[in-house]
Amino acid sequence: MQELIKASTATDGVLLLTLNRPEKRNALNNATLQCLCELLEEAEHNAQVKAVVLTGNAQCFAAGADLSELAAMDAVTLQLDIRPKLWQKIDAFSKPLISAVNGYALGAGFELVLHSDMVVCGENARFALPEITLGMLPGAGGTQRLARLVGQQLTMRWAMTGEMISAKQAEQHGICSQVVPTELTVEYAVQLAAKIAKQAPLAIRVIKQSIKSIHETTLSQGIKFERQNFVWLAATKDRNEGINAFFEKRKPVFRGE
Amino acid sequence: MDYQTILVEVKNAVGYLTFNRPKSLNSFNVDMHTEVAAVLKQWSSDPAIRCVVISGSGRGFCAGQDLGDRVVDPNAASPDLSYSIQTYYNPLIKTIANMPKPVICAVNGVAAGAGANIALACDLVIAAKSANFVQAFCRLGLVPDSGGTWFLPQLVGPARAMGLSLLGDKLPAQTAKEWGMIWDVAEDNELTDKVTQLAEHLAKQPTFGLSLIKKAIRQSSDNSFEEQLQLEADFQRIAGRSEDYREGVQAFMQKRSANFQGR
Repeated sequence: MQELIKASTATDGVLLLTLNRPEKRNALNNATLQCLCELLEEAEHNAQVKAVVLTGNAQCFAAGADLSELAAMDAVTLQLDIRPKLWQKIDAFSKPLISAVNGYALGAGFELVLHSDMVVCGENARFALPEITLGMLPGAGGTQRLARLVGQQLTMRWAMTGEMISAKQAEQHGICSQVVPTELTVEYAVQLAAKIAKQAPLAIRVIKQSIKSIHETTLSQGIKFERQNFVWLAATKDRNEGINAFFEKRKPVFRGE
Repeated sequence: MDYQTILVEVKNAVGYLTFNRPKSLNSFNVDMHTEVAAVLKQWSSDPAIRCVVISGSGRGFCAGQDLGDRVVDPNAASPDLSYSIQTYYNPLIKTIANMPKPVICAVNGVAAGAGANIALACDLVIAAKSANFVQAFCRLGLVPDSGGTWFLPQLVGPARAMGLSLLGDKLPAQTAKEWGMIWDVAEDNELTDKVTQLAEHLAKQPTFGLSLIKKAIRQSSDNSFEEQLQLEADFQRIAGRSEDYREGVQAFMQKRSANFQGR
């Protein structure tokens, strides 16, 4: 069987995952999502992996869920579907997850992008939530995550029309952090990941946790949580190393301890 | 393929597209739009074509929209002129601007209305001495379309863009050249030779690199200085990986002329 996702061995702490069902425009069927979860699970426990870059191909990041799979399901089978659990697993991944988006990221493909911590996109990138054109709605957090990112106005518009969002619009509205020439998207995403991979892993971990908590809690609770993380980091060796290296004017060597 | 409204020829890696409705000064009707779009779309992605030349047959280049093709009865319901712009003219202008190879316009005679602006969308414009450019829209109560209000101020500055668009006077080819609106002027009987020579030269050049130059210059009007510097760095990185760059450097070291493949 053809690999659903190609995983390149982690170099410099960066693991590159490439969605690999080009004939299906990288449609995210359950098997592919499951495969992604397994790879992330491995990455979670592999100390060599400091950050993960997720990409598709030049024409397509992922063009949605697998419609034939979805069409076969009714209200009862959907109720028992494992899919929401798979999305939860992706959400729970504790290391930085960066999407490198070229071409189409539609429906579930867009929702997968919205699960990642940072997005670098090529100038040919196009995002949309076209579920409405099929009489459905986004089912993997699309309405929730997008609204928290860009607000009610644009989310209503995009979810109710299925309109395409260009790379430039995505950048303007904070869906991605950077737009680059399509040929360089993966390189730039890997560079970004490599930069993060050089930092203290425990600090990166709590930064991710602190920032992700904003949607779960109030500002005052969030500030307490941040402070706890701040105090907790003081017990790590890497923090001492970071401060010492600064005073000694040398590059720190972080060990994740 | 058989075309009714255009002439098409491919020679020495150059695609020649000639508007061919000389009786109506090569003005656009739906058939011509459809045929032009099909040819340009195919040439866009065809690596065997490394330069495109657009010109007109007969005494004019292109008189823009064929008014005979539109509802002009003053008592009829108002037409939606934006329909043909969004369906035909805007895609045509974008196709020319985004074509990953040089597009030369040989303006053999009058270029009026959308015809003038289609010429301005091309990368290099060479006009016959007797040709002229007319932003005729204002005379009908319309607005320059097909990119006119964008290209003109970029090319000749707002003052001249205003004058041309508000007055709709003929601008002779020679003045257009002096104003920097077009690249060059040729004697009427030398236009074809001059354009062919230029096109065949470009068709032997590193096409992929030229496409990046074109893209960079076109993006410059959208970008800040900082963004443009970054874009240059990115494009240079991409260009540096092309086969033609390798060949170019090798040819230089070996003191021979380069044999570029366009990729």
